Amino acid sequence: MTTKITRRRLLGTAAATGAASLAAPSILRAADGPLRVGTYGGFFEESFRKHVYPDFTEKTGIEVQSVAVPTGETWLVQIKNAARAGQAPADVSLMAGTPRREGARQKVFRALDESKISNLGNMPDSFQDRYDDGSLYGVGGVSWYITLCTNSDEIPEAPDSWAALWDEQYAGKIGLLGLATNSYLLEVTATTYFGGTDILDTKEGIEKVFAKLSEVVPNVRLWYKDEGSFQQALQDGEIPMGQYYHDVAGLAAAEGFPVVSTFPKEGGILDSGFWIVPENAKPMDEIAEFINYMARPETQANLARNLGTAPVIRRDLMDLTDEEFAAVSSETPPIIPRYEIYGEHGDWISDKWNQMIAG
Amino acid sequence: MNGQGGTLGRVLDLVPSSVMIGVFFVVPFVLILLTSFSVETETGDYALGFSLAHFERFATWFYIERALFSAGLCALIALLSLLIAFPFTYLLTRFGPRTQTLWLIYILAQLSLSEVLIAFSWQILLSRTGGVANILVWVGLAEKSFAMAPSAGAVLAALVYLAVPFSVLLLYPAISRMDKALTEASRTLGASPLRSFFTVVIPVTRPAIISSGVTIFVLTLGAIIVPQVLGKPEHWTLSVLITDQAIFNFNMPFASALAVVLLIISASVIFAVSKFGGGRRT
Repeated sequence: MTTKITRRRLLGTAAATGAASLAAPSILRAADGPLRVGTYGGFFEESFRKHVYPDFTEKTGIEVQSVAVPTGETWLVQIKNAARAGQAPADVSLMAGTPRREGARQKVFRALDESKISNLGNMPDSFQDRYDDGSLYGVGGVSWYITLCTNSDEIPEAPDSWAALWDEQYAGKIGLLGLATNSYLLEVTATTYFGGTDILDTKEGIEKVFAKLSEVVPNVRLWYKDEGSFQQALQDGEIPMGQYYHDVAGLAAAEGFPVVSTFPKEGGILDSGFWIVPENAKPMDEIAEFINYMARPETQANLARNLGTAPVIRRDLMDLTDEEFAAVSSETPPIIPRYEIYGEHGDWISDKWNQMIAG
Repeated sequence: MNGQGGTLGRVLDLVPSSVMIGVFFVVPFVLILLTSFSVETETGDYALGFSLAHFERFATWFYIERALFSAGLCALIALLSLLIAFPFTYLLTRFGPRTQTLWLIYILAQLSLSEVLIAFSWQILLSRTGGVANILVWVGLAEKSFAMAPSAGAVLAALVYLAVPFSVLLLYPAISRMDKALTEASRTLGASPLRSFFTVVIPVTRPAIISSGVTIFVLTLGAIIVPQVLGKPEHWTLSVLITDQAIFNFNMPFASALAVVLLIISASVIFAVSKFGGGRRT
């Protein structure tokens, strides 16, 4: 009788297991379990589990539980909801620029003890996010470039400036990312025509940049949201030019497609995910140790080789060959997105953007 | 028939479906409505409350123009798909039952193609490198292959393609049940086939035509993928903007406000048509 498992019993057991795993985070917390590290679900999370965590555990003795987190603001919302219940859905996790600024404004991230992150000095200031009082809440984790990509069959001579987007000879041949917050074209325009992104400090400045950027619109064939469709069009030569991810363009070229990624002289766009710590995370020493490990030159070189991400530390610290470095990054100073303007003037920019691209 | 017991039974029968509809349709709608009126807190978060800010943001020419464009586009699609589907269905009903069944099975099978599949297939069909323009070059009608998408025509073509099977299936019952004696009578009285089609067949099946048109209108109003993949930003409908706000800008209150506007458009079209267009013909 006791060994006989009926269907209902089995379902009951499954339900109980499900409930237990849902409640798992708090159980782990109480038991002082592994460090819960959140990275973007999919390729990133898999690669971290394969190429990063085993070595970290070996070096520090700290076990890691990998958590797949959504990109974008969904993750911030989950962190905020968990915080209301006094919980943290991960101890430390990657977060993109715009939600990070939003979260910082709402003070949902814990300040970090810099003295425990000795490798912080390897990083430029642009990879250190601080509250107004100077305390550190975000540390660069991974970054990637968006560059000017061309199909070499259709455009044999790849242009070396973002100004090509304004050039009438490419009318109808250009594909650009469809949102202000993922294309960073305001920053590109500001750097190309207004000597840098400082002009974006004020609304009046942003208006001026929009006016210049709107001249690009007639040349654009596709405003894409789905990477796959643009990559296909770029490879086929259907849309032979546009902004695209440097690492993926490199992979396409390696597969034999006539795709060339060029770092424009004004710089590629350097987007990145930073490590942040939700306010209810407890194991602060382990978290600091993890962030410190991630900022080591060896780890950053490992990420460049295995994930294709651009290093967040100075190049001379790493043993990357010229070829390995060029596959993921460039010495040209990058265009760094002004994430905070999308928090401050988000609605206004999104409305202006929609109106602009709709002509 | 069974008096009170029967009535009670009928009421009880309604309970499960009513609960389902309540849980899955009314509750989400109320949540959307509440979200669309929510107020922004100091930290940039949103809390329940009553604010018209999101509707005020809609009340600019850009969004109003988008709403009008969406309604106009969908009305045109409804019209075009009826123009294709009605003659087809009418002619189909004059064939034998076997032919009719085979055609209906075939058309039903078309419904298994999702909007995503249709959008991406049309994208290839209209592309410069692999599309129909190459056939034009081949037969000598064009000198060089060219891309036909993104364009308004591409959005229209793909959405009409999506809508035609629905129109046929909605028109079929009414047209197939139509009394053949009516057309025979009009022909006997000397009307030409065309004249009897316009003066007899269409008026008799008018309710079906109207309900089919309204259904297509509402159905295509919710299309997101086709306008986004095959259209330029000036062809993006309100549904595309709602997705942008909800998924990319994570502005749920504004997305909800736009969704409420979309619901109001659908509801007013349905109301107007049932009040003024349905008539009392049958």
